[in-house]
Formats: sequence, structure tokens, C-alpha cells
Amino acid sequence: MTLLLETLKPYLLPLIRVLVVFLGISLIVAYLVYAERKILAHLQVRLGPMRVGPHGLLQPIADGLKLLLKEDIMPAGADKGVFLLAPVISVIAAFTAFSLIPFAPNFYITDVNVGLLFLIGISSLGILGIILGGWASNSHYPLLGALRSTAQLVSYEVALGFALVSALLLAGTLSMVAIVEAQQRQGVWFVFLQPVAFFILFVAAIAETNRNPFDLPEAESELVAGFHTEYSGFRFSLYFLAEYAAMILVSSIAVTLFLGGWLRPFARVRALDFLDFTPVAVLVLAAAWCFRECFRYPATREWRWQRLLLLGLGVGALGISAGLLLPARFLPGGGEGLPAFPALTAIQGVFWFMSKVFLFLFGFIWFRGTFPRYRFDQLMSLGWHFMIPVAIANVIFCSLAIVLSRQMGWGLPATLWLGTAATLLVAALLRREKA
Amino acid sequence: MSQGFLSSYAPILLHLVLAAALAAGLILVSWLVGERKANPSKHTPYECGMPPVGDAREPFAVKFYLVAMLFILFDVEAIFFIPWAVIYRDLKMAGFLEMFLYIVILLAGYVYLWKKGALDWSP
Repeated sequence: MTLLLETLKPYLLPLIRVLVVFLGISLIVAYLVYAERKILAHLQVRLGPMRVGPHGLLQPIADGLKLLLKEDIMPAGADKGVFLLAPVISVIAAFTAFSLIPFAPNFYITDVNVGLLFLIGISSLGILGIILGGWASNSHYPLLGALRSTAQLVSYEVALGFALVSALLLAGTLSMVAIVEAQQRQGVWFVFLQPVAFFILFVAAIAETNRNPFDLPEAESELVAGFHTEYSGFRFSLYFLAEYAAMILVSSIAVTLFLGGWLRPFARVRALDFLDFTPVAVLVLAAAWCFRECFRYPATREWRWQRLLLLGLGVGALGISAGLLLPARFLPGGGEGLPAFPALTAIQGVFWFMSKVFLFLFGFIWFRGTFPRYRFDQLMSLGWHFMIPVAIANVIFCSLAIVLSRQMGWGLPATLWLGTAATLLVAALLRREKA
Repeated sequence: MSQGFLSSYAPILLHLVLAAALAAGLILVSWLVGERKANPSKHTPYECGMPPVGDAREPFAVKFYLVAMLFILFDVEAIFFIPWAVIYRDLKMAGFLEMFLYIVILLAGYVYLWKKGALDWSP
């Protein structure tokens, strides 16, 4: 028995981490759908889900249960095996990639020396799920949706690849952890050195996840629901899960490469160290909101559960913030060698990483609420006539800038900005060419 | 060394298995508890309520094939850049010039494609 435990020991910690990440991502996906409905609603001066739980907070659970109970329909002419497998492939591709994301210096599942390359490869597998699903349905709309989707995904993947190369020029490594450490060492997030590459990555990320304004594959007015028209029940929701997990994934990649990953804003400015207490402030604000809403709900019997839930959430948030503020000297043994607030220090990385990811996700939802959809030929033209040449120009000019700053002893940021200016010139010329 | 190298990949496999199990398990659960009422018209392909016209196994625009080919060319090119970018700081000017030559050759092909209209999707 002890022998078994001894052999299993090295696998236990990774297993726990995998489980935490897995459950965390599933939870975030579920509540991302809720957040999207809420934010879209408020952008359109509506309230959004309000019925299931206080402010609709239990809506994702209700939706999940509903989808579980739905009938799983397979069209008569479908290719059964492929039809069954396709959404599973999408989910596997979207979820597995998270094993390479460094959430914090003390919390990531694994770090391999070809991390980024592996990530690109695994996330590309998601395309396979889409095209197989569309083809296997043996129906016109899904087939057209899948074709469009594939053409769009592969077109923007090229631009995405070149944007990643621009960041790699600065990082000099493919390991995701080392990329963040390079930004720490250089004392600047790569977005400030490579704004054009960041922009291209951002636009390509929206296109890669089939989001507005590039959601052609699911353009309701033309293709019903695109590649998943024939999918119903939980197989449809697997595609849904995969799409939202992919949104979180591309945001995580962008944050790691360009926004300093787990680093706090102004990590080097000691005068701003009070920012370390932001998690506590956020929790206290959330608790305050819960208590206020709790008293705004009518004090009648039918609202009792809603009010109790809000009260519980508020007390829970306060409890967690109190735990974060537990000083090291109250710990058994006096907390030798620990930072002043051990719990607070431990969650710093994850907190800042996820905050940046949520900022991205908010951008995704905001775009959906504001931009009109592209036409398909416009989309392809933007990809091939603009994004790819600009991305290549950016690689050329930035590599030239790096080598020049080396040889001439010029400052790296200034030289890179010169390179960026040259890239912008190329972009302006390309726009004029098209007009 | 080799064991440490492999064990850094093991959690990825674990994650993959877990994701597959989640997807398969959810489908299984929904198959067990979900509604099932067979009906021939329910299983016809969806075409906005009309009886479906023909089969979906039919030719489609050759443009998509062209995009797929171009994608392979350009994506392989992008992948070639990655190892170059990783060691770029040690390559100095020679590294830049060699890659520049490579890009120029590829850009020549790109300009040819553009002028030929291969990237043009407008009807």
C-alpha cells in the first residue's frame, strides 16, 4: 500500500492541478455564456436573464440541465460515426490546450520547451471538429457553413502565425512560462513593443473563434446555424462549450504573449504595491453588491431563497477576503519565511492573469454587441489582402529593428517603434491600393 | 533526463483523456436521460421546413480548394519562421539577410497570386 502511494506521489500534484483547471474552465465557460447574455442585454437596454436565481445567477445550471434532457437527433443520411465524433474532437482540442497555459508562476499544469508550437497544433485540431461535423450532417446548410468556416479559419491562422513570430522574436523561447519571464526581465509587456502584432493577433483570434464581426459560419440570416444546424441536445452544447473554451484559450494565449501573463501592471514600481490588494477590494465590492441586492428584493416568502442565496454569496466573498488577509504570523509556527499575507501572495498570479483574460472576453462580447457582420468576400479579402501582408511586413521590420539595435547600440523600444511605424506605412499603402 | 522530458508531457495526456471522458460522459448521460421519440420527418435534413432537395454530397466551389492549398503553403512558411525567431538574437545580421531573401521569394509568389486574382473572392 505504501509502495503504491510512493509510486503515485509524483502524479498526484499534476492530477490535482489538471482537475482544478478543468473544473475552473468548465465553470468559467458556463458563466461566460451568462455574462454574454447579461452584457448584450445591458448594451441593448434590457435586463437579460433575471428569473432563475437572483439576477439569473443560476441560469447556466438550468440551461445545462435543459440541454441534457433534450432529444439527440441524428439526420437520416448522416455519417453516423463522424457525426458522433466531431463535437468530441472540438471539445478535446479546446480543453487540452489549457494544459500549457501558465496561469501563475506557481500554478500551471506543465511547461514544455515547445509549448507555443504545441498550442498552435492542438488548437488547430478544432477546425477538424467543425469541418467533420458539417460534412457528416449530409445537409446543405451545415456543409456550406463548414466550408466557409474552414476557409476563414485557415486564412486567419496564417496571420496569427506571423503575429506569434513577432512576439517570439522578442521572447527568444517557445516555453510559455519563459515567455512571461522574458517580459518580466525586460520590464515591459510585449504589447508596448509590438502593437501591430498584438492587433493582428487580436483580430485573428476573433476570426479563429468564429465571433462577431467574423461569425460568417453561423450567419443566421444565410445559413441557419452554420455547421451545427443538424446538431441538437447535448452534442450541440459540446460545440458551444468548445467555442467558448476556445475564446478563453485565445485570450489566454494573447495575455501570455503580449500582456505579461501573470504579471501585475507596473510590477516593478514599488510605490504601486498597494495594487496587490486588488483581489480583496474586488471581493469586498462583490459582497457589498450582494448585500445591497439582498435588501432590494421584496421581503416576502417567494423571494426567500433568492435572498438567502445572495446573502450566502456575500458572506462567502467576505470570508474569502478575510482568508486572503490572514497574516503570516497567525499561522502555526509563526509563518517563518512566508510573505506577510501568504494567501494573498499565492493568488496574485492567477488573479491578474484571469483579470486580463476577462478583459479580453469582455471585448469579444462588446464587439458582438456593436459591430455589423462582414460579407464573406470582404472577410477573405481582409485576411489575404491586408492581415497577411501586414503581418509579414511586421516580422520583416521588427527583425530588422532588433538587429539594428544590436549592431548600432540603439535603444530597443525606440528602434522597434520605428519598425512599427514602417509597418503602419505599409498598412496605409495597402488600404489605399484597395480603395 | 529522458524520463523527466517525457513526464512533462504526461499531464497533457491526462488532460486529453479527461476532456474526452467529459465529452463522452455528457453525451452518454444525455442519451440516458434525454427524450427519445422517433419520427421520420424529424430525421430529415433541415431545410427551413421544406422537403429537402437532393443530397448534400455534391460539388462545391473550387475556391475553397484553392484556399486550402494556399493555406498549406503559407502556414508551413510561418512554421519555418518559428525556430528562426527563437534563436534570432544569436544570428545577427546574417540571420536577418538570409530570412529576408526567403521572404522576398515568398512575397514574389504572393504578388503573383494577388495579380492572378487567386485571393479575390468578390463575385
